[in-house]
Amino acid sequence: MSWAWLHRYASPPLFFRIAGRVIPWVSWLAAITGAAGLIGGLGLAPPDYQQGEGYRIIFVHVPAAVLSTMAYGVMAGAAGMGLIWRMNVAHAVAASCASVGAWFTVLALTTGSLWGRPMWGTYWEWDPRLTSELVLLFLYLGYMGLRSAIDDTARADRASAVLVLVGVINLPIIHYSVDWWNSLHQGHTLLKFGKASMPPSMLVPLLLMMLAFLLYFAAIMLTRARGEVLRRERNARWISEAIGALAT
Amino acid sequence: MNVAGPNSVSSGEAGWLLVRRDLRLALRRPGEWLQPLMFFFVVTTLFPLSTDPQLSRLRDIAPGALWVAALLSCLLALELLFREDGQDGTLEQLAVSGLSLSWLLLAKCCVHWLLTGLPLVLAAPLVATALGAPYAAIPGILAALLLGSIALSLIGAVGAGLTLGLRRGGALLALLVLPLAVPVLIFGARATALAIALEPTSAPMYMLGAIVVLSATLAPLGAAAAVRISLE
Amino acid sequence: MLRGLSFGLEAGRCLQVSGANGAGKTSLLRALAGLLPLESGVVTWCGLDTREDHHTFHSNLAWLSHGPGLKGDLSAHENLRFSAGLRRVLDREQIDAALAKVGYANADQRLARHMSAGQQRRVALARVLLLDCPLWLLDEPTSNLDGRGQDMFGQILSAHLENGGLAVISTHQSLPLSADRVQALELS
Repeated sequence: MSWAWLHRYASPPLFFRIAGRVIPWVSWLAAITGAAGLIGGLGLAPPDYQQGEGYRIIFVHVPAAVLSTMAYGVMAGAAGMGLIWRMNVAHAVAASCASVGAWFTVLALTTGSLWGRPMWGTYWEWDPRLTSELVLLFLYLGYMGLRSAIDDTARADRASAVLVLVGVINLPIIHYSVDWWNSLHQGHTLLKFGKASMPPSMLVPLLLMMLAFLLYFAAIMLTRARGEVLRRERNARWISEAIGALAT
Repeated sequence: MNVAGPNSVSSGEAGWLLVRRDLRLALRRPGEWLQPLMFFFVVTTLFPLSTDPQLSRLRDIAPGALWVAALLSCLLALELLFREDGQDGTLEQLAVSGLSLSWLLLAKCCVHWLLTGLPLVLAAPLVATALGAPYAAIPGILAALLLGSIALSLIGAVGAGLTLGLRRGGALLALLVLPLAVPVLIFGARATALAIALEPTSAPMYMLGAIVVLSATLAPLGAAAAVRISLE
Repeated sequence: MLRGLSFGLEAGRCLQVSGANGAGKTSLLRALAGLLPLESGVVTWCGLDTREDHHTFHSNLAWLSHGPGLKGDLSAHENLRFSAGLRRVLDREQIDAALAKVGYANADQRLARHMSAGQQRRVALARVLLLDCPLWLLDEPTSNLDGRGQDMFGQILSAHLENGGLAVISTHQSLPLSADRVQALELS
């Protein structure tokens, strides 16, 4: 199997151009699906028979939690590609995932603890999902800490790629161990809700919100990656050509 | 003048030589390697002082105290793993020796565990008894710490390799390694708690064993990649 | 950092890399050794890309960085037994012979950290000799060596080249070799 096509799309000028075209579309789609999801979730969906209006925070909490893990996966995939095929663009993408992913984690933790107040009566409960999320936040912070401690970009790229690959192998183990730990100590699982039991009037806005978060992530990540590519290639000829084309 | 000559050294011999060299170096400077053990004793002493010293109460927090102290001592010891070899150029020589770097680093991890992990394991019965664990719990605690400290040495080697030569290495090492050590902590502390309650410990012990096998397979590769990057 | 460099080296010849401080001598040597990644380009050894087959390449390489690479808490003998012994089966006589060649025959039980910088350099050169490799990559091998040390280095280098060895050496000093053995590379 030939990977030549991958290298072609990984060339910085091409990535820069394509990302520039894609970002507006993705951003608008994110805004539209987000608006639809919010209207559906906060306005149209009926209150939950058990949790009343309080449950509506899931329309932010669940997509944020899903995306925080997904961003780590994307970061690991990009870092692995960068490490194996020595692709600068892939490293730029990986570096751009971290802060967005970390913010999703913070958002999931905040909304989770806000939700905990009406549900458990406390802002923090050692719920397995929240605990895993907290460990994930530490993984993101470690990644960003390592990157900021290394001055040389190329070395930071490779070192952080090794770290994120180790992290992605550990992530399921951490998740499993936290679940296992929790099942020993706590019986209640109030945060659990099966998709099957969810009526379409709740499920559809939730899926819309997930899509909106995903598109939002793509838009922010690509914008940041474009900036990263610009910074890394600041001495390359194609940039001065692109700027020249803008000026005329 | 050829490498395939009869007097070239096999990987096994090279690893063994490295083990002997590191042990000899440690013997010449024993204080350095005893520090993590002292730290372990001091930290476990802090727990009774900061809570209720009744043994029946201490027994509840014993697994947590034991494992948090062990984890922090391992972390303290990790800084010793590659620091000197990185500074004096030994790691560089290993990286261009034509031998498998992951294999050589595994040998170094073994010595590191012998010098810092094993003393913790051997000191554990003393500390556990002081924290109210019954004598019958000692074998289980020993086994859990044995497996856990091996896993921590291996997982930590990747972090030590990544932070090699960095200015703020120590604090960063903690941030990198501690989240990865969460499963070891959970299963290790659980096995210890079960042992203290005189219940069968097999479930968490198997998980610890699985983590040891997995990290023994993957961590040397990660550590070798990390060290090569840090040597650039 | 380094751009547009291209050179080859035949058996029995030595490449002398010179240039001002910061010109990239050490970087070039580290890149050749495989310690620094190349952004583009290849380093080949006997026609093979050294990044593809670094095992064969490194097995033929004796690397000396600008530090001595010795363990401060080991004596000269122990240092050599462990660092060169990782790659060659050595006995005591071979180590003694190598130490004699570098002019440190009276090496006692003194630990490396108590040695002078010049003595450490001699022990490091003895390691290069003991590795018995065709390719030497030496970064400032004569730093801290006195006049007799410089002569000693000239002798072991000529012997190495006459045996069909190769060497890439970064140095400020002129090498005491016949002109047909030396290839100069000035970095700017």
